Amino acid sequence: MTITFLILAGLTIAGTVAAMGLRNLIHCVLALTLGFVGLAALYMHLGAQFAGFVQILVYIGGVAILAVFAIMTTQSAEPVTRPGSAPFWVAGTLVATGVFAVLAWAIHGSGAHGRVLPAEPVVTAQQIGFALMRGYVLPLELMGLLLTVALIGAVVVAIHERGESI
Amino acid sequence: MSHVQMLDQIFVIVKHWLLAYVPAGWQPLASAVMSVVPVLILFPLLFAITTVLERKGLARLQNRYGPNRVGPFGILQPIADGVKSLTKEDIVPRSADQMVHLLAPLLLVTAAFLGYAVIPIGRGMVITDMNGGVLFFFAISSLVELAVFMAGWSSRSKYSLFGAMRAIAQMISYEVPLVLAAVVVIMAAGTLSTVSIVNAQASYSGIFPHWFVFTPWGFTGFALFMVAATAESNRSPFDLPEGESEIIAGYYIEYSGFKFALFFLGEYLGMMATSAMAITLFLGGWAAPFSFLTWVPSYFWFFAKLLALICGFIWIRGTLPRLRMDQLMNFSWKFILPMTVINIIAAGVWRFMPMGPWRWLVCSLMIAGPFIVLGRATSWQGKGVAVRKYRYAE
Repeated sequence: MTITFLILAGLTIAGTVAAMGLRNLIHCVLALTLGFVGLAALYMHLGAQFAGFVQILVYIGGVAILAVFAIMTTQSAEPVTRPGSAPFWVAGTLVATGVFAVLAWAIHGSGAHGRVLPAEPVVTAQQIGFALMRGYVLPLELMGLLLTVALIGAVVVAIHERGESI
Repeated sequence: MSHVQMLDQIFVIVKHWLLAYVPAGWQPLASAVMSVVPVLILFPLLFAITTVLERKGLARLQNRYGPNRVGPFGILQPIADGVKSLTKEDIVPRSADQMVHLLAPLLLVTAAFLGYAVIPIGRGMVITDMNGGVLFFFAISSLVELAVFMAGWSSRSKYSLFGAMRAIAQMISYEVPLVLAAVVVIMAAGTLSTVSIVNAQASYSGIFPHWFVFTPWGFTGFALFMVAATAESNRSPFDLPEGESEIIAGYYIEYSGFKFALFFLGEYLGMMATSAMAITLFLGGWAAPFSFLTWVPSYFWFFAKLLALICGFIWIRGTLPRLRMDQLMNFSWKFILPMTVINIIAAGVWRFMPMGPWRWLVCSLMIAGPFIVLGRATSWQGKGVAVRKYRYAE
C-alpha cells in the first residue's frame, strides 16, 4: 500500500462522505465530484488509464453537470435544512454494514485475497478499441441503439406541440 | 551530434545535465518539476504577450491606436495590468458562497494548465507521453465547465448565474463536435498518443509535409475543430456567456482584483491549449512546414504556429458580430455536428481507397456536397430569404 494510494483513497472517501453529510445540495454535488476525481485517479494509479479518463469525461463532464442542472432547475439555490432523523440513520448504517459485510466476505472467499498476482498487463486504448469493435461489437451497437432511443424519447417529451404557446 | 540537432535538443540536454546532479532517489520528482515549471512560466508569459497583441490587433481593426503609453509601443502594458490587478481590492459579495467563490478561479486555472501535460512543444519535449493523451486532454477540459458553474452559482447574482448557464450549455453543445472533429486524426494515426500523432505527420514527400490538414478530411476536420474551439473558449463570435450588453460580464461579474485576472488567465490558457491541440492534431505539431526548413529548432515551429492561430482568433474577434442563442445552438447541432459525422465517414473512405487522384475527388465530393446542402438548409431554414421576424421584440 503506497503513499499515493493512501492519499487518493483518503480523497475519495472524504469526498463521498462530505457528499452525504453536507447540508447544501450543490455543495453535496461538488463534494461528490471530488470523490469522482479521486476514483479516476485511483484507476490511473492501478494502471487503467483509459478507465480513469473515461471516468472524468463521463462522471464529471456529464453526470456532475447534469446533477447540478437538475438541482438548479427544480429547486431554489437556497441551502436546505434537513433534520437528520434517527431511524433514517440507523437504517442507513445497517444497510451499509450489511453490504460491506457481504462484499468483504465475497472478496475474502474468492481466493483473490493474498494471492501473488502476475505483473499487471498494460491495456492500451487500442486494445480496448479492438475488443469493442470485434468481440463485443453487438453489445456496443445495442447500447448505442438504446441511447438513441432514450435521446429521441427525451426530445419527444420536451418538444412543444405546434400552436402551443411557449 | 551536429550543431543543428544540438540546438533542437538544447532544453532536453540541459535538463539531463541538471538531473545528473540530483541524488538518485529524488530524480523522478526533480525530472517532473523541471518539465512542469518551464510550462508554468512560458504559457502565462505567452498569455501576457497575447493580451497586448489582442488589444493592439483589435485597435488596428477598429482604427484606433490601442495601448501605447507603457513602454515602447505599449508592449509593457501586461506588466501594468498585472500590478493593477494584484493591488486592487478583492471584493467578495456578502451573500456569496465564500468557499466555492474562492475555489472556482483556482479550479479553472488548474484545469487549463493540466491540458498542457500532453502537448508536445518540441521534438522529445512533452511532460508526459500518455497512451491516451488526446482523451486526457478532452477529459480535463470538462473540468472547466464545473469551474464556470461554481463561479456563476457561488456569486449569488442573477447575471452571473445566467452567464454560467449560457456558458455551460454552449460548452456542452460544442464539446461533442470538438471531439468528433478530432476523431478523424485518431483514425488516421491509429493512436491516442499526442507524440505518436505528431510523429505520424513529421515526414515529407518532396518538400511538402504530411500534415493531416493537407487532406480533404483533415482540412474539414481542422476547420470544424477551430470553430468548435472558438465556441469552447467562449470567444467572439460565440461570446454570449459574457455578452456585455445583456448580462454585463457573465459568470465572473462578481470577481475583482486578482481572482478576475485568474479568470482571464484561465480563459486564455484554455484557448491556447485548444489551439496547441489543433496544431498537434492537424498542423504537424513541431514539424517544419517544408523539408528544407528542418534545421530550424522544432519548438520554434510550434510557437510560430501557436501565435499564428492566436492571431486568427483575434482577427475573427475583430470581424464577426455576436451570435444569438438560437443561432448558436442551431449552428452546433444542425450544421457542425452532422458535418463532423460526414467527415468521419469520408476519412474512412479515404483510408480504404487506393492512393491517387480518385481518392481526392471522391472524398472532396463527399464533404463538399453535404456542406452545400446543409449550409443552405440551415441558413435559409427552407423558407428562402425573407424579412426576419422578431418573436419577442415587436
